[in-house]
Amino acid sequence: MIKTASIYCRLGFRAWLGLALLGLTLPGLGLIAPQAGAEALDFEARRINLAMSQEPPDLNSITSTDAVSGLVLDHVLQGLMTYNQQRQLVGGVAERWQLRDDGATFWLRPQARWSDGRPVTAADFVFAWQQAVAPGSGSEYAFILFPIRNAQAINRGQMPVTELGVKAIDAHTLEVQLHQPCPYFLDLTAFRTYYPLRSDFYQAQQGKYGAEAANLLFNGPFMLTEWIHGASLKMQKNPHYWDRASIWLEHIDVPYITEDPNAHMNLYRDQKIAMVDGLGSDSLEGALQSRMQIKSFLDGAIFYLEFNHVPGRVTANRHLRKAIQSVLNTDDLVYKVIGSPGTHPAYTIFPRWMQGHRDLFTREYPPSRPVLDAARGRHYMELARQELGLAQLPAINLLADDSPGGQKVTQFLQTLLQQSLGLEVRVDMQIFKQRLAKMSAGDFDLVIAGWGPDYNDLLTYGDLFYSENMNNRGRYNSADYDHWVRVAQASLQPELRMQAFAAMQDLLFEDVIVVPLYERGRTYVQHPRLQGVVRRAIGGDPNFNYARIVAPLDGQP
Amino acid sequence: MSEMAGRQSLDLQLSADDLAPLPRSAAVETVVRPSLSYWQGAWRQLRGNTRSMLSLLTILTLLVFCFVTPLFIDFDTSSQDLTQISQSPGLARRSLVVDTAPWGGVAAQYREAAPAAEVFARSRVDDLRLQEAPHTEFVRLAWSALPGAVSYRVYRHILEPSAATDLGLPLGETERRGQVWFEDRLKLKTRTYYYSVVAVSATGAESAYSTLAATPRHAISVLDAGLRGLVDSGDPEVAGTEVDLPRHLLGTDYLGRDLLARLVVGGQTSLFIGLAAPLICAVFAILYGGLSGYLGGRIDELLMRFADFVIALPFLLFMILIRVAMGIGPGQSGVVPLLVALVALGWPSAAKLVRGQVLQLREQPFIAAAQLLGAGPNYLIWRHMLPNVMGVVLVSLTFAIPSAIFTEAFLSFIGMGVAPPTPSWGAMCNDGVASFLSHPHELLLPAAFISVTVLAFNMLGDGLRDALDAKLRD
Amino acid sequence: MLVFILKRLLSGVITIWFIASATFLAMHAVPGDPLANPKAVSEEIRQNLASRYGLDQPLPKQYLVFMGNLLQGDFGISFTQKNRRVNDIIREHFPVSALLGVLALVIATAGGILWGALTAIYRDKWPDSLIMLLVVISISVPSFVFALLGQLAILKLNSWLGFSLLPVAGWGSLAHMWMPALVLGLGTMAYLTRLMRSSMLEVAAADYLRTARAKGLPGRRIFFRHQLRNAILPVVTVLGPAIAAITTGGFVVELVFAIPGLGRYFVQAVQQLDYTVIMGTTVFYGAFLVFMVLAVDILYGVIDPRIRLVGAGGE
Repeated sequence: MIKTASIYCRLGFRAWLGLALLGLTLPGLGLIAPQAGAEALDFEARRINLAMSQEPPDLNSITSTDAVSGLVLDHVLQGLMTYNQQRQLVGGVAERWQLRDDGATFWLRPQARWSDGRPVTAADFVFAWQQAVAPGSGSEYAFILFPIRNAQAINRGQMPVTELGVKAIDAHTLEVQLHQPCPYFLDLTAFRTYYPLRSDFYQAQQGKYGAEAANLLFNGPFMLTEWIHGASLKMQKNPHYWDRASIWLEHIDVPYITEDPNAHMNLYRDQKIAMVDGLGSDSLEGALQSRMQIKSFLDGAIFYLEFNHVPGRVTANRHLRKAIQSVLNTDDLVYKVIGSPGTHPAYTIFPRWMQGHRDLFTREYPPSRPVLDAARGRHYMELARQELGLAQLPAINLLADDSPGGQKVTQFLQTLLQQSLGLEVRVDMQIFKQRLAKMSAGDFDLVIAGWGPDYNDLLTYGDLFYSENMNNRGRYNSADYDHWVRVAQASLQPELRMQAFAAMQDLLFEDVIVVPLYERGRTYVQHPRLQGVVRRAIGGDPNFNYARIVAPLDGQP
Repeated sequence: MSEMAGRQSLDLQLSADDLAPLPRSAAVETVVRPSLSYWQGAWRQLRGNTRSMLSLLTILTLLVFCFVTPLFIDFDTSSQDLTQISQSPGLARRSLVVDTAPWGGVAAQYREAAPAAEVFARSRVDDLRLQEAPHTEFVRLAWSALPGAVSYRVYRHILEPSAATDLGLPLGETERRGQVWFEDRLKLKTRTYYYSVVAVSATGAESAYSTLAATPRHAISVLDAGLRGLVDSGDPEVAGTEVDLPRHLLGTDYLGRDLLARLVVGGQTSLFIGLAAPLICAVFAILYGGLSGYLGGRIDELLMRFADFVIALPFLLFMILIRVAMGIGPGQSGVVPLLVALVALGWPSAAKLVRGQVLQLREQPFIAAAQLLGAGPNYLIWRHMLPNVMGVVLVSLTFAIPSAIFTEAFLSFIGMGVAPPTPSWGAMCNDGVASFLSHPHELLLPAAFISVTVLAFNMLGDGLRDALDAKLRD
Repeated sequence: MLVFILKRLLSGVITIWFIASATFLAMHAVPGDPLANPKAVSEEIRQNLASRYGLDQPLPKQYLVFMGNLLQGDFGISFTQKNRRVNDIIREHFPVSALLGVLALVIATAGGILWGALTAIYRDKWPDSLIMLLVVISISVPSFVFALLGQLAILKLNSWLGFSLLPVAGWGSLAHMWMPALVLGLGTMAYLTRLMRSSMLEVAAADYLRTARAKGLPGRRIFFRHQLRNAILPVVTVLGPAIAAITTGGFVVELVFAIPGLGRYFVQAVQQLDYTVIMGTTVFYGAFLVFMVLAVDILYGVIDPRIRLVGAGGE
């Protein structure tokens, strides 16, 4: 055997080597194929390449709820109002408008057009809004139209959709009747559920509206021209957009869709994409080593520890909540555990960037901060134990979802409460939908919850603990709090409304409705030659409508 | 031994007595089956195989490491050392005890007189300084106001900045007019940082940057040190003293938890699942396959058809489905659902093996011989069938263990395995992936443990198969 | 032969029915609510959604509807990818997984045969030891570690070369598939190398090889015509299970390399409790595997008459 083997060695070594080399190079031939448009930025073609974490789940604007779809929709569609580069509310399809106590009138731009060249009319808004509240559409955002007269009754199936308080006076005049005064109604019309839909096109799709690029019609700065599910999207400048002169980019390409953050970073390093959004604290070091320009912004999400207030739960006891409040070291959580620049410890449910009456709200009404004191916490625990008449407090369940970030915070809290209060915490880690189901069913003692804004008014955060709000998962119920929410909903006086929000903020602290944890800052890197990208908490983010590429310097790639 | 004796007997001188029939004795009637020597032979074969013995030694070491050491050392997998997050393997370190009372900053300065835009763009803040000696609890910066500045942006880099676009992490922007100080508490480590301050004018224009280098030393807050019993926190003199922090031989994870402890306890989870699932499978397979093969006929066909169905289920997809369908309640580790899923999908192949072996054995002459000699079914099963089946089962078991460990690791890696905070090697890999580039040890250590374990079981399996393979032994 | 195929086909159909039922049961045992949403919805809206997906029907009715649709090859509409049919999802994403899988399999088989043959030629010399060491490493290191290292390697290579030789992630050209397929096929390649090695050694000791040598055939000819050809047969027999392992084992690779394969959709669907996608994917994969095994069986019959005889004899 050994002898014959050596014969093969002599005879066949070169042949083997050749075979092995051939085997290696054959697949390698594919490398020669050129990859067109694969660079992060293309100044000549006015093209940028991006990566997304997932593909848009729903591009039908009346049913869409998620952030990724919101990103795409805000490029390809436009409502009556819109946000400009400075994040100010300005006219979109509407040229002029008038907001009254009982309603609003919008005069549409005659030059606003759909991507097939036909004008955007008032009837397109009437149709879209009627569809959004129609029970058959199953829109989860139908509630956002409830300030409009009869919207809620229609959504409950008690009235036909034609009763909705919105009328097309003529092709370019839209008349809205409001259910009650709504000081933030103009902001609402910038939201995606308020976007127009053209009835003939919508109905021609036979229920497949939004399923493919071809099943969509656009009136925004861009058009979705190609959508290969799970793989890529392509957006192109809309030649019929009324303000096309202020749009510089011609193409927004998304050739990569993956939820792996490392892959995004590697693509950026390889100069394949122009931006990496949402850097974890772990990838910062590598980014710094490569001297990338790191930026951050507050994305509007506030995270808090929510209690189950349903009577019978131990967390319905205020002293127990006080105990948790007095040991929860949000500084350690934010600076040491999360460790992402731009994320701030939160002391209230209202984010620091929201406007109050004259200045930022949190500057006008600074929230109270709990004094961290483990001894006092244990004292409150003792009080809670006595009030509940228990020999020992039972273990409490902390509901959490299985995202990496969620796990980090959950485990931090578990150990913290256990060590400083002696409170036994059982983590209930569930996949996303199971956590949501358990939250809705009230099957938890504690849950780490987050909230992002729907519209640019403090009320989008403030009414979270309104007793009738479905999103009030802890079922907090206080006549006091409800009173202030109703004041903020209906009043048109800014001062009074701010006082109402301040009163909610005080109740939030005093009654420990929740313990605010942090305001999320999002860290990202962006190609230095890409400018004018708008990062924002309200509306689809990031937004490239006003982005432009700086001309390359000589000798620089 | 017996062969030796046989050869010796040839040299004996025979007498007539030797040829006389022996008296009837029970010993002759007894069916002597060298069942022990089958295993003895296998063991001897295995012992001669260095690789197998090394593997066995490795496995024993791992078992001792994970299951015996915790009896003597108390491993704490949950306590978080927030002053030592993601620390590389190393020994104890000295740490300065510091007072972390909130900082009021320095007196506000605001200089209204705004210079021309191009002057502002070229000017920079002066007197950028450290207010206190820097340490890992906080770094306090202050500077002189710049005319026309309404706020200041503070950046931190780990390299010396080379341009205005290369200032590093945006730590934040001062919030109040005239605030000329900043406190950095963001994940400070004992390395050199370059702090840069840029002034912002009322129009949003930025000035040039000023940079300051600072190297914090390791510190722990009075509060934290008191809680951990390192100092008496009531003592006002305690700030400024030094303490020794607990050491983390293999470093810590993203919550400052000891990796060694988590590797030990995580190993318990991984090894338990890896050993228990195949074992349960094997027991069930022997019963199911044995019954099927023994009974034969219609029932055999039916039982085997069912086994074929289960084999046809897409394995990983059903692992995930069963795991999710069983759910994990609050405070549960999630080991049971994984175990159930592994057993529910793993038994049929072993059962088919056993059945095949039993069918083959039924036809063997020695079984017929035993039956002729009056052996009952119990005797046949315990003395003949089982020992012979055991060989096959043992080999398939040894190969099933690494694949079970891999499956657990894989599922935990995609977040469908054990529930946090329960550690397992796979879950630890999942935790470590995010920080792979900056702290590779958090991924590589658990991955190495998985690899070594799987390797050892695979090699042992090879050795066992060779040892138990009758063809090879002859 | 025809009877054999028909019999196998029938049992395949029954197996698929079993898989579908098991999936349906497992699916509906999952706690949680597929209609839950981060923003709460009113009871009326929930009802509207539930009736749209038929979730308001009793379970046996849902099962019948599911089976009825299955018979027509219709898996329904996705819960999370609104407006998309599960059939479309499978049609678009399975070819990606399959292509990746086939490439991985080709790499694994070619590599396995090549390396296995090499180890046998250089038995107990350093190339043998080196290759076997690599094999052992490939078998014991988890695939997700290889995926990460593979991507990192491309990145380092590209930055060292100064241009993009291979894309870091994504999908589209052959260049995109190279590294993912290698990572995906590595485990199988190692396994096949081991198998090939022992098979080669076994054949080397066979009588006909001794005869060939005695006849004085040149070494190369003996090697290619006799030893290699006969040694490859056992490798072919394990290809069926290998296909299964590779096609369903692609989750991590698809995730790390941003490949729009079906595996990624499945994991996402489980997390989102997307009933229709989960059931569709599982049943589809199950059916695919059943028919792959069947196809491989029939193929053997064609290749090796001995097996056909046994097969025709009825198991």
